[in-house]
Amino acid sequence: MTGKEYRTITDVKGPLVFLNKTEPVAFGEIVELRLSDGTLKNGQVLDTSDDQVIVQVFEGTASIDKQTGIKFLGDVFKLPVSKDMIGRILDGAGRPRDGGPSIVADEMADIIGAAINPYSRQSPSSFIQTGISAIDACTSLVRGQKLPIFSASGLPHNDIALQIARQAKLVDSDDDFVVVFCAMGITAEEYNFFVHDLERTGALENACLFVNLADDPAVERLITPRLALTAAEYLAFEHDYHVLVIYTDMTNYCESLRQIGAAREEVPGRRGYPGYMYTDLAMLYERAGLVKGKKGSITQFPILTMPGDDITHPIPDLSGYITEGQIVISRELHQKGIYPPINVLPSLSRLMNAGIGDGKTREDHKSVSDQLYAAYAQGRELRGLVAIVGEDALNERDLQLLKFADIFENQFLRQSRDEDRSIGEGTLDYAWELLSNIDTKYLVRLDQKWIDKYHPNEKKK
Amino acid sequence: MSKEKGVIYRISGPVVTAIGISPRMYEVVRVGDEGLMGEVIELHGDQSVIQVYEETSGVRPGEPVIRTGQTLSVQLGPGLLTKIYDGIQRPLPELEKTMGVFITRGVDADGLDLEKNWQFKPTLKNGDSVSPGDIIGTVQETSTIEHRVMIPPGISGKIKEIKSGEFNVTQTICTLDDGNEIQMMQKWPVRTPRPFTKKHAPEVPLQTGQRILDFLFPLAKGGTAGIPGPFGSGKTVTQQQLAKWSDADIVVYIGCGERGNEMTEVLDEFPHLMDPKTGEALMNRTTMIANTSNMPVAAREASVYTGITIAEYFRDMGYDVALMADSTSRWAEAMREISSRLEEMPGEEGYPAYLSSRLAEFYERAGRVETLSGGDGSVSVIGAVSPPGGDISEPVSQGTLRIVKVFWGLDAGLARQRHFPAINWLSSYSLYPPSLDQWYRDNIKADFPEVRTQISSLLQVEAELQEIVQLVGSDALPVDQQLTLEVARMIREFFLQQNAFHDVDTYSDLKLQYTMAKAILSFQEESKKALAGGSALEDVVNVPARTDLMRGRFESGYEDRIEEMLEEMTKQISNTMEAN
Ligand SMILES: Nc1ncnc2c1ncn2[C@@H]1O[C@H](COP(=O)(O)OP(=O)(O)OP(=O)(O)O)[C@@H](O)[C@H]1O
Ligand SMILES: [Mg+2]
Repeated sequence: MTGKEYRTITDVKGPLVFLNKTEPVAFGEIVELRLSDGTLKNGQVLDTSDDQVIVQVFEGTASIDKQTGIKFLGDVFKLPVSKDMIGRILDGAGRPRDGGPSIVADEMADIIGAAINPYSRQSPSSFIQTGISAIDACTSLVRGQKLPIFSASGLPHNDIALQIARQAKLVDSDDDFVVVFCAMGITAEEYNFFVHDLERTGALENACLFVNLADDPAVERLITPRLALTAAEYLAFEHDYHVLVIYTDMTNYCESLRQIGAAREEVPGRRGYPGYMYTDLAMLYERAGLVKGKKGSITQFPILTMPGDDITHPIPDLSGYITEGQIVISRELHQKGIYPPINVLPSLSRLMNAGIGDGKTREDHKSVSDQLYAAYAQGRELRGLVAIVGEDALNERDLQLLKFADIFENQFLRQSRDEDRSIGEGTLDYAWELLSNIDTKYLVRLDQKWIDKYHPNEKKK
Repeated sequence: MSKEKGVIYRISGPVVTAIGISPRMYEVVRVGDEGLMGEVIELHGDQSVIQVYEETSGVRPGEPVIRTGQTLSVQLGPGLLTKIYDGIQRPLPELEKTMGVFITRGVDADGLDLEKNWQFKPTLKNGDSVSPGDIIGTVQETSTIEHRVMIPPGISGKIKEIKSGEFNVTQTICTLDDGNEIQMMQKWPVRTPRPFTKKHAPEVPLQTGQRILDFLFPLAKGGTAGIPGPFGSGKTVTQQQLAKWSDADIVVYIGCGERGNEMTEVLDEFPHLMDPKTGEALMNRTTMIANTSNMPVAAREASVYTGITIAEYFRDMGYDVALMADSTSRWAEAMREISSRLEEMPGEEGYPAYLSSRLAEFYERAGRVETLSGGDGSVSVIGAVSPPGGDISEPVSQGTLRIVKVFWGLDAGLARQRHFPAINWLSSYSLYPPSLDQWYRDNIKADFPEVRTQISSLLQVEAELQEIVQLVGSDALPVDQQLTLEVARMIREFFLQQNAFHDVDTYSDLKLQYTMAKAILSFQEESKKALAGGSALEDVVNVPARTDLMRGRFESGYEDRIEEMLEEMTKQISNTMEAN
């Protein structure tokens, strides 16, 4: 199949190369491009017919001319996978970046990733303790979930992601997580920050990194997460690992998608992003989960920065339509100096109910979480009112709630970057202690039986 | 057929162009060396454009394309219930057997189990004459549902021989004089509505047990409803509530381009949930279609047609069928994706110009009908809509709202306040009450429609008062208006809010809904009296019995105790006058 080199390029447009009649080329086939100076580039077939083939070039089309030779490699993109990937740093196309040897393939895996049969899935239901109170109490993460961080530029989403990577543990087993980290278009500085942290804590030995940086080819970003997820699937479903996939920044990925769409002169959807972006993102996010009969799991933690802090922008919007909730980082809390600046009000974990409660976290978890949420929501609303009418206009209940909003932010949310709170004592008991600043009669979301059992005043009795 | 076999000329994602065959529109073809299933969607000179229902990477120009002569059809017969299919009616458990947990490609699977034997009981005898749609016999398909075997459309005559006993779906159970042989399985092309005699006006409500839906914005059996809402606002939970609790005989649930885990959840949960009326597992009346967001888009496009054809088939047996499609926006996006690969002239936001007519045709397949055999059946259709950014000015929402008669508008603000179901009571509507009111008067209470009107006007008044409160604070209002605000709050928190995940609160029957609504109105009445008699508003609204009444809805047996609790509340409210 391979061997023949074509020099039939007719057009080059953005990241795309158009060439004339060749042998019958497969849709999705991998292509090697040889420039006149001998440089090699790679690409993939996006459209193929008897007359014309369109190739998307991963490294960008700079220096490509009509003399460039094109070879079709006869197969779709496959990643060599093996257990030895753990502890390695690979580039955005899956080649070693750490100076180590090439990965000796146990298997060659198709990176597109077939859909998990919905009938073969298993419902996620094991709580993951992140040690971060805001997440554990209010938007609990469950093994097999895809829960993105909706952040914005200049906010400490990377610190939060790293803290989760370091601290995440299952409460119902001793199994550890393997972290698959996927960088898409982030700066070298951000990348170094990640790597140093992972090195410092020894987590790197238990991680596999796929790295495409800001100055790496933008089009390559479209395959980087697919490589990462292919590795994750292999580790989870062939070797029983619990894999935590962190990828950042989805926004850069979507920009690359938009670039390809524009080069193909496709009819754009909202704000210039391709109409198929929902499906494309789903092909990544849906690669999270558990399947029947396999011990491993894939939990996804994608990070995206909302352009203009706008949650209705197509990138967060389409993500939110696919993921199982979201953790929203707030600029306002960040500016108040609170870390982690998680705004629990627009945050949501849709799988939370399945992962918490008696035998999983604690029987009072749901009640406590509802009460925290309600009290904080009301307290925040009252801040607005106080700004207009002053505190004097508030009744006793409102005053307590108003005060609670501050307590919640300054004590419950606020924790240090290496503070790992356990769900029971560290988070839920602490929540009770803070809630005891409010008269019990105003704590209407708490069941009396939990008040009797967990309220500090009752416990002292 | 003029020509059986051609070759692939071009491949662009799910769209493949073939030359050398001249198939009919919507004919199913086999594409490539692996024989991937595809459907002809455009004829263009000597080129046939095909949408392929499986992943196309690795397929090359020059590979064969083979005609089948059939249009995209589903297999109809005993064995549809309790099943889960992909968008083109391949049973997912069968795919698991042949492919493992990941869906690869090139595997065919019959929609019905062709081997399984069913006990067929004839209801007609030799010599009877039959015409299309006539029921010739029955099979107990699940413990609750009797499958009625019908003469397929287009066939009529006199029965020469009808059998009784165990048969599989392809064996002949009945022969007509003209030699026509009838089997339990029939096939029907999914894009063609199944015939019926005539449409009736809907006049019976589809009872869902969801208070805000049943009481304020009811859907009729045979009616259509749209649920638009931003992500996380409750579309799926609402659809699942309807699938669980609505009093349809048959439920067809289509997961169209949504999450895999949500389908798993239904599969895990339904076999353990009991139908409040029959006490049988809900799964026994349910068929599921799951073409999740990461499964091929062409099959997603087909999934709603597969679903509605199955729904119509049960309707033709004389059943009331409810179909949920979550989400029709993903279906529309599949159309958009295919259309753009065809390089069709785009309409608004890149959707094809025929988007609104496709939506209309789909919802038009709902309805309450007189079946061909003279029976009465219905298909109710409830479609979720996922507007980008939650803004319903976009084409799919608008196209849907022009057609459906019920609009359940989900509201991001309410969801954020954890007011569930987050259905906005001011913007939502139903056009059915005028045709359903007689039913409520006859079957629930004579003044049911009036009570509804009172409840909804209280909510309207609240909205107006809230505007004033924003400016001057509630203390500045006269006491009767403050009471109105309290009553409206009670409507919202006690009546409209309903926790789908609470064992008891998840379902309220219409009688209980009526009693709860009346309880709110009598709270209003009694409080007015007490205020006139000198009581303080604070005392009136804080009587303990009111809290008991409101909290009571979370305890089982509430319907038996609510009257008593109401009496106690009345007593306590009037006692506040004596305390003065
Ligand atoms: N009736 C309800 N009772 C209790 N909780 C609810 C109810 N409706 C919705 N919720 C909560 O809201 C969350 C999101 O609901 P749901 O998954 O139905 O949203 P959706 O509109 O389908 O979102 P998407 O468009 O992303 O699929 C649920 O996980 C649940 O926590
Ligand atoms: Mg949903």
